[in-house]
Amino acid sequence: MVPREPLAVADPAERPAEPGPVDAVEPAAVAVRVRELIVQMCASTDGGHLGGSMSLVEILVTLYHEVLRVDPDRPQAPDRDVLLLSKGHGAIALYAVLATRGYFPVAWLDDYAAPGGPFLAHPNRAVPGVEMPTGSLGHGLALGVGHALAGRLDGSGRRCFVVLGDGELQEGSVWEAAMAAGSLGLDRLVAVIDRNGLQLGGGTEDVITLEPLADRWRAFGWTVREVDGHDRVALRQALDEPGAGRPVAVIARTVKGRGLPYVEGQVRSHFARLGETQRGRALRAVRRGVR
Amino acid sequence: MSAADVAPRAGRDVYRDLLVELMASDARLVCLDSDTGLFTGVDFGPAGDRYVNLGIAEQNLMGVAAGLARCGRIPMVNTMATFASTRALEAVKVDIAFNDLPVRIVATHGGLAAGHLGPTHHALEDLAIMRTLPNMTVVVPADADACAHLFRQSLDLPGPVYLRLGRAATPDLAATLAAAGGPDAPPVELGRVQQLRGGGDLVLAACGPYPVLAALAAADDLARRGVRATVLNVHTVRPLDVDALDDAVRSTSSQVVVTVEEHWPSGGLGSAVAEALAERRPARVLRVAVPDGFVAVAGDQRYLLERSGVTAAAVVDRAVAALR
Repeated sequence: MVPREPLAVADPAERPAEPGPVDAVEPAAVAVRVRELIVQMCASTDGGHLGGSMSLVEILVTLYHEVLRVDPDRPQAPDRDVLLLSKGHGAIALYAVLATRGYFPVAWLDDYAAPGGPFLAHPNRAVPGVEMPTGSLGHGLALGVGHALAGRLDGSGRRCFVVLGDGELQEGSVWEAAMAAGSLGLDRLVAVIDRNGLQLGGGTEDVITLEPLADRWRAFGWTVREVDGHDRVALRQALDEPGAGRPVAVIARTVKGRGLPYVEGQVRSHFARLGETQRGRALRAVRRGVR
Repeated sequence: MSAADVAPRAGRDVYRDLLVELMASDARLVCLDSDTGLFTGVDFGPAGDRYVNLGIAEQNLMGVAAGLARCGRIPMVNTMATFASTRALEAVKVDIAFNDLPVRIVATHGGLAAGHLGPTHHALEDLAIMRTLPNMTVVVPADADACAHLFRQSLDLPGPVYLRLGRAATPDLAATLAAAGGPDAPPVELGRVQQLRGGGDLVLAACGPYPVLAALAAADDLARRGVRATVLNVHTVRPLDVDALDDAVRSTSSQVVVTVEEHWPSGGLGSAVAEALAERRPARVLRVAVPDGFVAVAGDQRYLLERSGVTAAAVVDRAVAALR
């Protein structure tokens, strides 16, 4: 069983975090490893949010392995960059990336959803590296505004990245926070939108229209960058560049269920409880790699 | 000292002035406004960068406060009680209470303080809601002076605080006690029941300015009838000072408690007292509260309370009937 870490608060005596080194492992290989782990967690008794975790993989791998200034050995370092997974149902992708980044041993994920354990289906602060719990949609961006304001008051260079789902943008609270961030010019705040185009009831445009999405963010005072959300080079470029007086929205066009060709782009990939045969098929698919 | 010696003051004004003073020397404090108007024209001096008006968006207000608190700040969240406890509730629950963060939710217009603004602006459910949330401390000062003391005492609590304030000026409690010729009240202490009167027949337990005044006036009336009432100011509704309540009830001849509050009957002080005592003794708890309905008539706070039956006369009636 995973030891339960106390909910440590930032120790001002700690040194500021240095930019995190790119993991020795090639990020493309990390992405495959993360997808394997997602499949394994979806094969647990309780299953997992498969499709929306697969669409997140390159976003989170790029952030944790190439962009965020974090140190897994000092997860509470005061000047670290912060990532908040506002689409909390992508928790298994986050857990897998945190494990590959060294926050805790990958073997701990064997305990995903184990009764009494910390690995909930939504991010839990008892898991090392998880900054704040999320799950009810529409909360993360306001938390990010708070982090960005705190950084500004501290005179810190820390950045805060909030990863949102596209269906989540139907929550009004997202736009309260977007309006505030634009108005305050929080240029160390970055919203990354996992634009996989699907929600539980179908296509986002068939449920409640989000387009013209980039224009909407621009109208709220944000700098908008649109990228292929599975292209790590493009993601890194979009995520690295500061916002110059405005918060940055990165609209990452992704495919729900990415890596599993037989469910890619399909609503039915949303949640899965994989049996042994399905698990084997999924592992073979992700090991072949995404195109 | 007579009641006239200390002019009525509004708790929210005293809180604001104290906050401005404290912010000058305590860099942890951040004042988050939701365009309440409470801080219009206030000069925060060098602390001005720690005042942020986030506009009319209460869910965002709570989330931003949680983010700031996670980074080591102590944010004061300023809004009306009903918006804090109902509109923004999920953010209070998930972002603030779940994370056990030191956000201070300063909620004005508690109870019927919004008067003729009507039921959209009344908060007669907030204590019920806030006291169910783990980690939350729920405080209802009975006058401006207590507001200052309790706010100051709450600053170093590690978790969140819900401070329920009113709107208009209310009488000074010490001056009221002095005018009635009774003993001075002991100092107000967060988490501890404040005993205003001692008596052996029954207990009157109240929170908030007008309910506490009603309890005191009722105790005077009862005394004239030969009934001696203990009067408790239960300013901290959560965590409830159960031992003090239990002690007070145990020492009465009747085991009767009448609670008085500016709140609907469900879930507020009366419920809290009844729940706590029911586990300890066969006490009888009678609740004087705003009846279970929306108060959709014009009038100021005092008029609406009178009309709703949150009065000294109602307390006396309940007490006399229970003791009969």
